[in-house]
Formats: sequence, C-alpha cells, structure tokens
Amino acid sequence: MATLTMPVQEKKKVKIEDQEALITGAEAIAIACKLANVDVVTAYPIRPYDTVMQYISQLVADGEMDCEYIAAEGEHSQFEIVKHASVCGARVFCGSSGVGWMYAMEALTVTPALRVPMVAMVGNRALDDPGAFGVEHNDALAVRDLGWLLTWVDSAQEALDTALIAYRVAEDRRMFVPLAISCDGAFLTHSQALVKIPSAEQVKKFLPRYDRGDLLLHPDNVISVAPQANEDWVTEIRRQNYAVTERASDVIREVYAEFEHIFGRKYGNPFFEEYMTKDAEVVLLGMGTLSTPARVAIRKMREEGKKVGFVRLRWFRPFAGPEIAKCLERFKAIGVIDRDFSFGSPNLSGVVATELRSAMYTGSATRPPVLGFIGGLGGREITVPDLEKVADSVFDAAKGIAQPLTQWIGLRG
Amino acid sequence: MGQLFAVEIIYRGVFQKTLAKNITRDIVLAAHNEGKLGISFGRYGDAPERNGIPAKSFAIVANDEQTLQEGMAQYEPKQVDLTVVLDDTLCKGAESWAWYGLQPVHHALKPGHALIVVSLQDAPALLKTIHRREQPYKLGILKGVTSFSGMWVYKDDHTDVRVLGAIAKALPEIVSLQAIEQFITEKLKSPLKVTSAKTAYDRFMTIDVEAGAGNPEELFKFELPKWEDMRDGVSIKGQPQGGPYKDPVTGQVGGFRPARNELFKKYSSRTQRPVVNFATCTKCTLCWLNCPDASFDVTAENTYDVNLEACCGCGVCEEVCPVQDCITMVNESQFKDNRSQYEAFQKDKDAYLKWLEKTIESAVPIEKRTHGFRYRGQYQEQVPEALEVARKG
Repeated sequence: MATLTMPVQEKKKVKIEDQEALITGAEAIAIACKLANVDVVTAYPIRPYDTVMQYISQLVADGEMDCEYIAAEGEHSQFEIVKHASVCGARVFCGSSGVGWMYAMEALTVTPALRVPMVAMVGNRALDDPGAFGVEHNDALAVRDLGWLLTWVDSAQEALDTALIAYRVAEDRRMFVPLAISCDGAFLTHSQALVKIPSAEQVKKFLPRYDRGDLLLHPDNVISVAPQANEDWVTEIRRQNYAVTERASDVIREVYAEFEHIFGRKYGNPFFEEYMTKDAEVVLLGMGTLSTPARVAIRKMREEGKKVGFVRLRWFRPFAGPEIAKCLERFKAIGVIDRDFSFGSPNLSGVVATELRSAMYTGSATRPPVLGFIGGLGGREITVPDLEKVADSVFDAAKGIAQPLTQWIGLRG
Repeated sequence: MGQLFAVEIIYRGVFQKTLAKNITRDIVLAAHNEGKLGISFGRYGDAPERNGIPAKSFAIVANDEQTLQEGMAQYEPKQVDLTVVLDDTLCKGAESWAWYGLQPVHHALKPGHALIVVSLQDAPALLKTIHRREQPYKLGILKGVTSFSGMWVYKDDHTDVRVLGAIAKALPEIVSLQAIEQFITEKLKSPLKVTSAKTAYDRFMTIDVEAGAGNPEELFKFELPKWEDMRDGVSIKGQPQGGPYKDPVTGQVGGFRPARNELFKKYSSRTQRPVVNFATCTKCTLCWLNCPDASFDVTAENTYDVNLEACCGCGVCEEVCPVQDCITMVNESQFKDNRSQYEAFQKDKDAYLKWLEKTIESAVPIEKRTHGFRYRGQYQEQVPEALEVARKG
C-alpha cells in the first residue's frame, strides 16, 4: 500500500483528522485515558462511574491500551493505590460515585497536600440514603475545601477534551494537585453522543510526560513522604496548597489556549460559558448537563420576549470569583440552580448559590439579587417549565418584588 | 489583674503520664480549696506519647476568672513559676516530640524561681547535667526513686503527694500545705499520704544556683524554615547513604557508619543506655539488625559501637545479645556525655574494661526495672522500697 512506503517526514505533514464516534461521556473519558497513555488505573464498581472502568478494561483486554489495571477491594484502596503510584511517577486514573467517593474520603483528603496529580472521574450520584442512582452534586462537592480542582462537563465531547486538559493541568509542576471531572450520572455517563476523537499524535503533542522531578519517590531520589508534623509545620504546609490555588487560574487558562491551538476546538473562557447573555436582563446559572434544558428554555422564553440568558459554571475549583462577579454584575437578578444542597447554610441555599453570593459580595459593584433554587435531586429531571418558573421568579426579583432566597423546584407538594 | 501562677511538670512519656497528670490536677484541686481557680493540661503536641519521650504537663492557677483567662489565652505558658522534673535523667535536656531542638529543663522558668528535681543525686551531681542559664534560679531536690509505671497501670508510691508537699514549700502562694492536706484527706482519703506530703514539705529546701553555673554544653537547635523554602508535597529529603567507618584511634577504615539526621537526635528520650563489651562481642550482628533506630556503627573490626546521640535507650540490643554481659543497659544518670564507647576502648582497652565492669555493677536486672509494668504484683514489691527511700529522705 502506498501509505506504507510513504517517507516518515512526509507522513508527519499529513493532517490528522479526528475520528467520529457515538459514545457516552464515560466512554469518552476512557478513550481520553487511552490517548493520555495512563499508566495505572484502579477500579471498584459503583454506578454510574463503573461504566468508565468497564470501557477501560475493554480497551485493555482488546490490546488497545497498556496500563496496570487494578481492581481494588473498595474505593479507599482504589484511591490509595493511585496516590502511591502517582508519587512513584505513574500517570493515574480512578474515579467513583456517590457514597463510593465518600468511602474514599481519607485518601481524597491527603492527596492535595501530598501534591498528587491524580485525575478522577466522578459520575455524580445522590448520596445514600435512600439508595439512589441518579445525579446529585454533593458527592464531588464534598472535597471542595480540600485543594482538589473540580470541573463539571456537560457533553461527551467536553468530557474527553477535559480529561486531556485535566492531565496537563494537574501534572503541571506549578500545580501537582488532584483533579476531579464531574459527569452527571445517567444524563452524561450513560448517554451516547457524537464525539470527535483526536489522534494519538495530537495528544502526544499536547500532553508532555508526567515528570515528578524532585518529588519522585524512587530509590535514586531518597525522600520520605507524609510524615507526622506538629503545629509548627502544618500552617506552612497549608499555605503551600493555598499558593497552588493562587496559580490555578493562570495555569488553566494557558492549558485551554494550548488545547485550542493543537486540537482546534474552542472553549472560550475556560471557567464559565455564557449562553444568550449579551442583552439579557436576568440570567440563570448552573453546572453540568442542566445546560441542555436550560438552553431550550432560554430559547423558548426569548421567543416570548423575555430577555434571559444562561451561564454554565465549568470550573468550581478554582472558583473564578472576581471574573464571574464582574460578568454577572450587569444583570438585574441571577437565579442559581443547584443540583445539590447545603443544609443549614446561610439562607439555606445550595452550594453554588452560596459561593456565588460570596463572590458577588466582594467582586461586583452592583450586587444584584442572587436567588437560589434547589432541584433535580436524585436524578430528577429539571424540566423546561421548571426553568420557566425559575426565570419568572428571577424577573420578579429584578423588578424589586421580594422573592424567597431559596426555593425548591420540581417538588411535589 | 490578680495573681497568676503556672507550674510545669516535665516527665517521661508513658512511664510518668498518669503521675504528671495527677500532680497538675491535684495542684488545681488543692488550690481550689483556697478559693482559687485553675486548669490542668498536657502539652497536646506530645500527646501520642512514646516510651520515655520528654513531655510536659501544666497547672495554671489564678485568684479570679479573668486572670485565669490571661493564663489560658496561650497554648502553653511561656514562663512558669515552678518547674518540676520527675526523672533526673531529664536534666540533660528535653527534646519533645516536635522539632524544637534540645531545651534545658529550666527553659520556661522565671528568673529566681525554683526547679524541683526528683532524684537520689545531690545538687553538684545534677548541675553537671543541668545546662547553664543567664539568670540565677533555685534548685530543690526531692529525694526519691524515680517513679515509673506503665501506660494503664499507676504505681501509687506517694511521689504525687510528695511533689505537692515540695511545691507548697517552694511556692506557698499557689497552694498552701494546709490546702494540700485537706485535699489529700478529702479526695485521696489517705492519712499516710498526708504524712508523706507533710514530710516532703518539712524536708524540702532549695539552694541558689548562680547565673552561669551548670553544664556548659551547647544545646542543639535549628531554625524552622519559611513556607516558601519548604519542600512541597509534605516530603523530606532522605539522609544520604552512610559510608565506611574510620577507626578514631588506628585510622583503619572498614565497617559502616549510617548517615544520621543532625537535626533530630533522640537521646533525650533515653533513661538507660547500652554499655558494650567489645572484648566479648562475637560480631553476631543481632544488636545492629534489631536496633529500630540504626544507632549502631559497624567498626572497622566489625564490632558494634552505639551512637549515643541516635540511641533512645529502648534496650532491644541488650535483649537480643546472646553473650552474657556483652550489652548491658545502665541508668542514664551514670553518664555525663554521649562519647563513643568504642573510641575509649580502642584508646585503652584495660581501662575501658575496668570502667565497664564498674559501670555495669549498678545495672538493674531487666526483671527489676521500673520502666513499664511487667508482671502482676510488681508494684506491690516496689512501692515499700520507694517509700522507705522517701521516708529516709
């Protein structure tokens, strides 16, 4: 065949086209792991995360992916194993869902201070009880204060791209912190969509090898990791992780620019995505696959002459506080839809609404009302009519008609 | 502000934990009999205690609530009115579990105040180990056998009440003898203990220690780094590998000397040390293999010399040594420095072996040692002896 005799130099010049495939968000992340040439994968089944481990094991079984695939005896071990592998220089992948993620909590808490660039997929799932499979964001959000980077994606394409971005961000020497990609259970983990899969050559160009440098645990670099320390060390160690969060936004911005340059797909502002906000009076804001019904609802309301837009928060940690506050201060009111809860929080709102209010208090000149809406829990659908009701309340707030600071949507009662 | 008093008890981790806690609690409860308020607490950083590690317990007493708050508004008292050392081998300095370097036992003592040491030694002997300080202070010795017990078993040998008696004498402002007697009668319900406290009170006296008197040893210390200068990832650079051992006398090179952390020495945890007979050593390697702290240097002739800055005195080497009297654990109070035994042996073998013979005479057999609780009935056997020593004063 002609291609076999083609000189190497010439072959390099050939423009490599993306391949298109109909795959789920979980499968997209599995393919990203293959492309990223991940060294160690640990697995323990829990729905909906387990689909990703099934896909990876399939890739390994088919000889398409070469990695250590370790089925652990529980999530705690699952995350401990990758933690240790990462300290020894391996690129790692793991993940979990709901209470599985919580069972790994001890391992999750120690990884940021140990500067472990672990990439995990959280198939968002309601925390027990009641036992439920559906999406809720409280699982991934449980690590929000600990130094993890947290991002929510809304499509299989974005899942694949973000997984590649995740390795580049987490393994940047300025970072070296764990990163979790949240995928809404069912809506994303189990829904197949058309995805452009980049070539291994492109990915190789984008993703340098993981170099742990002087933090590598190796007989040739004798170090001791994770000793016990007294009160005269801990504050300084926390300050080191704080410094990472100070740098995080810049690193993420750089990596997205590089991604766009190599793969050609544009994500614009990495931290949040705006939909029909240009002339909007009010906006709704949320994370994850809520964006689909939100876009539909926005278009419907626009047809009715309501000037409403939608903002999808892509990165929760780092939280682009000043930037999002600056963006949102031009609207008359904001409605935050939380697929989570934060019982007993100020105003009894969800996590995102509470964080956003904090960002707006210091970062915006106008401080428009921020209404909180809790809904879609346990995998319940957030419908277009639900979102229309949300928007009505936000418009009322914009007009100065007092609204409750927290409302439940899609609730029987 | 009313009057505020702080008492610091320096003790051996595990072996004296209950004793130290009892003393600080008793101070507060006895002072409360006189209408004072107080708190008692251990130094939290020392809490996961190890055998013998220097640890601290505190009592703070005040005349009123607000003054007490002044005393409580800090993690631990920076200055104390009285320091009590419950084991005289601690006089060599206390390196607590955290990395503070070596602290002299009078580190927090206010100038002119009293340092009380439970000991059978006299003041001149103790001052060979207690470090110099710039300000004068008072030294009082409470004659008695060091009271050691186990983690969960308390040896009730009256050391607690005897210390209380001495405190009432040294610092009557914090608590009077009457208040202590009342406390013992009401709470401990022991007339014999009242007598012990009273006897200790009557006999206790202090001498003045002038500025600059004492052990001239330079205390090892180090600077805590700034956060930007610390390695990240909660990681510590390992020690480089060791190298060959050079005989200090003959210059012969061989064996192995492991590299050791210059900033973290463990000897202040030691209450007894191994004394090695290099002449009878069969070079079996067991002491070296079993030492949990890599404390042994392998000499050029393949005997094993204990590095006395690294040794915490656990006694494993003695237990595994198959040769009679080749390794013997001897109470730390017998020694004034950490110099190499092998060097002394190489310089003058006869003199060393004579010294060794004399030194190990004072060694207490393993089954009679008071470190920890070894068998049922142990304390019933030991307590009368300790009381007798205390009675004689």
